[in-house]
Amino acid sequence: MRTLATIAAALAVAASFALSAPASAGTLEDVKARGSLKCIINTGLIGFAFTDANGQWQGFDVDFCRATAAAVLGDPNAVEFVNATGKTRFTLLNSGEGDLLYRNTTVTMSRDADLKLTFLGVNYYDGQGFIVPKSLGISSAHDLDGASVCIQTGTTTELNLADFFRANNISYESVPIETNEEARQTYLAGRCDAYTTDHSGLAATRASFDDPSAHVLLPEIISKEPLGPAVRQGDDEWADVVRWVMTALIEAEEYGITSGNADQLVSGSDNPSVRRILGVEGSYGSFIGLDEEWARRAIKSVGNYGEIFERHLGPNTPIGLERGLNAQWTDGGLLYAYPIR
Amino acid sequence: MTSVTTDPAQDPRMSGASKPPSLFDGGLQGFLRRKEVRAVLYQILAVTVLFAAFAWMGNNVVINLKALGKDFSYEFLGQASNYDINQRPIEYDSQSTHGRAMLIGIINTGLVAFVGIIFASVIGLLVAIARLSPNWLLSRLAYAFTEFVRNVPVLLHILLVYGVVITVLPNQREGEEPFTLFDRVILSNRGLFIPKPEMHQGAGYLFIAFLAACALAYLWRRYAKVRQEQEGKTLPVLLPSLGLIILLPFLMWLTSPDSLTFSIPEQGRFNVKHGLRLLPEFFALTLALAIYTSAFIAEVIRAGILSVSKGQKEAAGALGFSRLYALRLIILPQALRVAIPPITNQYLNLTKNSSLAIAIGYQDIVGTIGGITLNQTGREMECMILVLLLYLSFSLFISFLMNIYNRSIALVER
Amino acid sequence: MADTTAHKDEEQAPITERIPAVGWVWKNLFSTPLNTVLTLFSLWLIWKVGFSFVDWAFLKGVLFADSRVACREISPHGACWGIISERFDIFVYGRYPHEHRWRVNLSFILLIVALAPVLWETMPFRKRGLLFTVAYPFIAGWLLAGGLFGLDPVNTRNFSGFMLTLVIGVTGISLSLPIGVALALARRSSMPVLRIIAVVFIEFIRGVPLITLLFIASVLLAYFLPPGTDFDLIIRVLIMVTLFASAYMAEVIRGGFQALPRGQYEAAEALGLSYWKSLQKIYLPQVLRISIPGIVNSFIGLYKDTTLVIIIGLLDPLGIGRSLLSDAKWAGLAAEMYLFVALFYFISCFAMSRYSLYLERKLEREQAAEQN
Repeated sequence: MRTLATIAAALAVAASFALSAPASAGTLEDVKARGSLKCIINTGLIGFAFTDANGQWQGFDVDFCRATAAAVLGDPNAVEFVNATGKTRFTLLNSGEGDLLYRNTTVTMSRDADLKLTFLGVNYYDGQGFIVPKSLGISSAHDLDGASVCIQTGTTTELNLADFFRANNISYESVPIETNEEARQTYLAGRCDAYTTDHSGLAATRASFDDPSAHVLLPEIISKEPLGPAVRQGDDEWADVVRWVMTALIEAEEYGITSGNADQLVSGSDNPSVRRILGVEGSYGSFIGLDEEWARRAIKSVGNYGEIFERHLGPNTPIGLERGLNAQWTDGGLLYAYPIR
Repeated sequence: MTSVTTDPAQDPRMSGASKPPSLFDGGLQGFLRRKEVRAVLYQILAVTVLFAAFAWMGNNVVINLKALGKDFSYEFLGQASNYDINQRPIEYDSQSTHGRAMLIGIINTGLVAFVGIIFASVIGLLVAIARLSPNWLLSRLAYAFTEFVRNVPVLLHILLVYGVVITVLPNQREGEEPFTLFDRVILSNRGLFIPKPEMHQGAGYLFIAFLAACALAYLWRRYAKVRQEQEGKTLPVLLPSLGLIILLPFLMWLTSPDSLTFSIPEQGRFNVKHGLRLLPEFFALTLALAIYTSAFIAEVIRAGILSVSKGQKEAAGALGFSRLYALRLIILPQALRVAIPPITNQYLNLTKNSSLAIAIGYQDIVGTIGGITLNQTGREMECMILVLLLYLSFSLFISFLMNIYNRSIALVER
Repeated sequence: MADTTAHKDEEQAPITERIPAVGWVWKNLFSTPLNTVLTLFSLWLIWKVGFSFVDWAFLKGVLFADSRVACREISPHGACWGIISERFDIFVYGRYPHEHRWRVNLSFILLIVALAPVLWETMPFRKRGLLFTVAYPFIAGWLLAGGLFGLDPVNTRNFSGFMLTLVIGVTGISLSLPIGVALALARRSSMPVLRIIAVVFIEFIRGVPLITLLFIASVLLAYFLPPGTDFDLIIRVLIMVTLFASAYMAEVIRGGFQALPRGQYEAAEALGLSYWKSLQKIYLPQVLRISIPGIVNSFIGLYKDTTLVIIIGLLDPLGIGRSLLSDAKWAGLAAEMYLFVALFYFISCFAMSRYSLYLERKLEREQAAEQN
C-alpha cells in the first residue's frame, strides 16, 4: 500500500512540475532574468574564438558576444560561451542552448528560411579559398584534379566545394573534419593536398603553422561568405537587440568613437550621429528594451569594429589580415552600417 | 508441523487448497491487499504513467515544432544532398538524394563493423593464446597489451591510431615513397590501394564455379566425417577445401581471362589512381576498434580456456595430440561454448563504438544522416529517430546471427 | 650456448640448476625452439616500439617550456611536455573559477574519505562511514555548484577538466546502481507489463551508442519539454549517462540473481517472508556480493565513456587538451596531449580493475571456504 502511495505522490509531483513549467518569455527577458548571455561560438579558431593563457575566451566573434552582454547586462563578462562545431551550432541555437550565434556563420537563404534562423547582418565579409603547400607547385584551384581536400563538415564550404568541382568537372576526394584544429593537424600531416575554408580562417590557420611561408593561399575565391550573427526565428525583440549592438560597433568606427574616447565624446561632441550612438540624444535604447547607455557600454568594453579587428585579426597580429572588404564604405570597403536614428 | 491435528483452516496453504478463495474476502481492504489484485493495479498504473509521459512529451514536441515553424516530414530524404562522400561503395555524387547518402552511411558502418569484428576476433584469440603461453616474456607482453588497451577510452584509441596512421605512414605529398608490394599494392597515408576486380561478360560463370567449389568442399567434409566415424581415419579437410575454392574459379578464369580483369593502382599527380582504395580513416577506425575490442575478447577467451578442466588437456596429451592440435580440436571448442555470449556483447559494443567515426571524419551513419544531412536540412528529430532505429537494427541483427551460431555449437545433451 | 650443452653431461650440475636465475630464464624463455623464437620476437618488439618511444618521450623530451617554439629550441625532435606541465591546472580544474578552486580540492579530499569505508572493510565506524559515502554525491554537488547555505553559485558550464570526469563518473556510478537494481527486479518480475517495459528499456538503451543518446540530450531533449524550460546541459548529460549505465547495471545484477543458488529462493519462500522482506534480507545482499566484480567493471566502462561528452561540446580532460591545441602557443602537440590523457585514464581505470580482480579473488576464496 505504501509503495502505491509513493508512486501516486511521485506522479503528482511530476504532474505539477509539468504544469508549472514556465511559459516562454522573450529571449531578452530570459537573458536579463538569468543575468548572463549564452553565446554560441567556435570550438577553437585562432583570431575568432580561442582560449588564452588564463583559459579566457578571446577573439573577434567572442568580442561581439561580450559587447552584446555589456549592452544588455552591463557586464562584458556576463557571457556563458557555448562551443559548437559547424555541425552542432544550429541545433544548439534552435534548442535554446544558446541565445545567439556568433560563430563565423555564413548567411544563406536556406539557413535563414529553412533552418528557421534570423540573421542580423554581416560582421565579416569572407570567401572560401584554398591553402596548399608551396612544394606542390600549384598556382590555381583548377590544378587540383584528383587531389584530396580537407573540409570542415557542417559548413557551407562542403556544399561550395561540391559545386565548384562539379561545375569545373574536376575529380577530388573530400576529407570531412569536425573542427578547425583537427583539420589543421590532418592537413599538416599530409592527409590532404589542400585545405579549404573561409579565407580568414585559412589565414588564421596558416599563422599557427611552424613555417607559414611554406604554404600558399590559392587566388581563387570560390564563394561569397558573408559571416554574421543569428538568433532563433520569431523573436523580433531579441533580434533587434543583437542587430543594433553590432551595428553600433560598426557605426562607432565610422564616427571615430573608440573605447578610449567614448566617455569624453559624451559631452565633447556636437556630431548628432555620435550623440545618438552614445545615448545623449534621443531615446534609442528604449526602442530595443535597453537603457540609453547600451551602445556606450558595448564600445567601452571591447572597442569599435576597427579596434576589435585590429586586436584579433589585423596586420599586427599573427594572422595579419588586411581590412579589404571589411573596411568602412568610406574607405572603399563594404561596411555600411544602418544609421542609428 | 509436529502436531498432526492441525486445523486446516489455520494453515493458509491448506485452506487455499480446500476452498477456492473469493477475491472479495475481507472487504475492500482485503481486496486491495491481495497479491494478484495488486499486481494488476501496479501494471495498470505503470501503463498509465507511461502513456501519460509519452502523451505529455508528444504534446510538447508538437508545440515546440509549431513555435519554430517546423513540421515533421521525411520528404528531405528524396531531395538532392549537395555534398560529397569520400568512401562510396555504391554509386553516389552530390546530386544524389539524402536517402542514398544514408544508405552509404549504413553500408560504411556495416563495413567497419564486419571487418572490425573479424580482426578483433583474430587478434583477441592470438592475444589470449599468447597470454597463456609458457613463454614468460610473451605472456607478460600480452598482459601489458590487454591492460593498456582495456583501460584507455576507445575514443582516445581512435584518435591515437588515426594520428599514427596519417603521420607515420609515408607522406606522399612531401614526396616520401609509399610502401609497395610487387607494384600491385600501395600503402601510404592516403590509404591502402589494392587491385580492384572488375566483372565483365562471363563473370557469372566464375561465380558458378565458385559456388560449385563450395558445394564440393562441403561434400568432401561430410565424406571425411563419415570416413572418420567409420574407420577412424582423419582425412585432411581444410587444405583440400581451400584448394578447391581457389583452384576451380581460377581454372575457369584461365579459360576466359576477359571475364574478370583487375584495375591496378598507379601513382597519380596527387593520389593513387585506379584500384580499390581503403581510406586511412576506415583503416584507422577499424584498427582502433579491433584493437580495443580484441583486448576484451582476449580476456573472455582466456577465461574460457581456463574454464576447460585440466583433465581435458591431460587427456589430449595422453592421446598424443600436439599442443596445437589439442588447442584447436579440444580446448578451443569447449572454451568458445562458454565465451560466445560475452563475445557477442563485445561485437555489439564494437558496432556501437563505430559511431565514434565522427571523431575522425569517416562517413558512417552518424556522419551522413546524423551529421551532414541533419545539419544541412535542420531535421534533428527526423534524423535522430532514423539513426537510433538503424543502430537498433544493427544490434538486433548481430544478436540474431550470434544466437544462431551459439545454438549450433551448444552442447547437445543426449 | 654451445658451452652449456657441452658441460651438461659432466660432473657439474647444469648451469640452469646451479644459478636459479639462469634456470628460470632457461625454463621460461628458451626451453624449446619455438619458445626461443617467441622470446626473440618479443625482445625485438620491445626494442622497436619501446626504445623509439623512450627516446622521443624521455631522452629527447622537454618537460618545462612555455611554448612549442621554446620546446623546439631545446630539443627539435623530442616530446614537448610543456603543454602538460604549464597547463596542468587547466586539465584538473578546467574553467572552474580560480577563487573557488578550493571547493574542487575539498571535493577531491572528501571523495577519498567517502571511498575509505568502501575499500577498507575493517575500518572503525565503517557503518557511519558508509552513510557518508551515500551522502557524498549530494555534498559534492552542493560544494561544486553552490547556491545554497551561503556558497556562491558556480555556473555548471564552467565544470570541465578532470573535475567534470569526476562529477559525471560519481553521479553515474552512484545513481545507476539503485536504478539498475530496480530495472533488474522489474525484468525478473512476474508482472508481464513491468517486465515488458523493463526489457524494452534495457534492450533499447543497450542497442544504441551512447553518443546518440548524448546528442539527444544536447539537442533534442528541449523539444520534449515545455517551451522555455531551461535546464542545465550538465544535468541532461548526467541523466542520459545514468540511464545508459543503469541498463548495463541491470544486466549485471540480473546475472547475479541467476547465479544465486536455487536453494536460496526456496529458503526465502519457506520462511514465508514477503517479497520486499526477502529481497532486503536474503536476495539483495547476496546478489550484490556476487555481482561486485561485474559492477566495478561497468563502472570502469562508464568512467571511460565520460570522454564522449566532448562530442556534444563539454570539456573533459580530452576536450580541454583539444582546446589548448587551438592556442597558437601549443598548436601541433596533439601526440603529447593524447598520451597524457591516455595515461590519466589508464591509471584510474587500471586501479579500479585491479580492485575488481581483488574482489573477485576474495569472493572465490570465500565461496570455496563456504563449500568446505
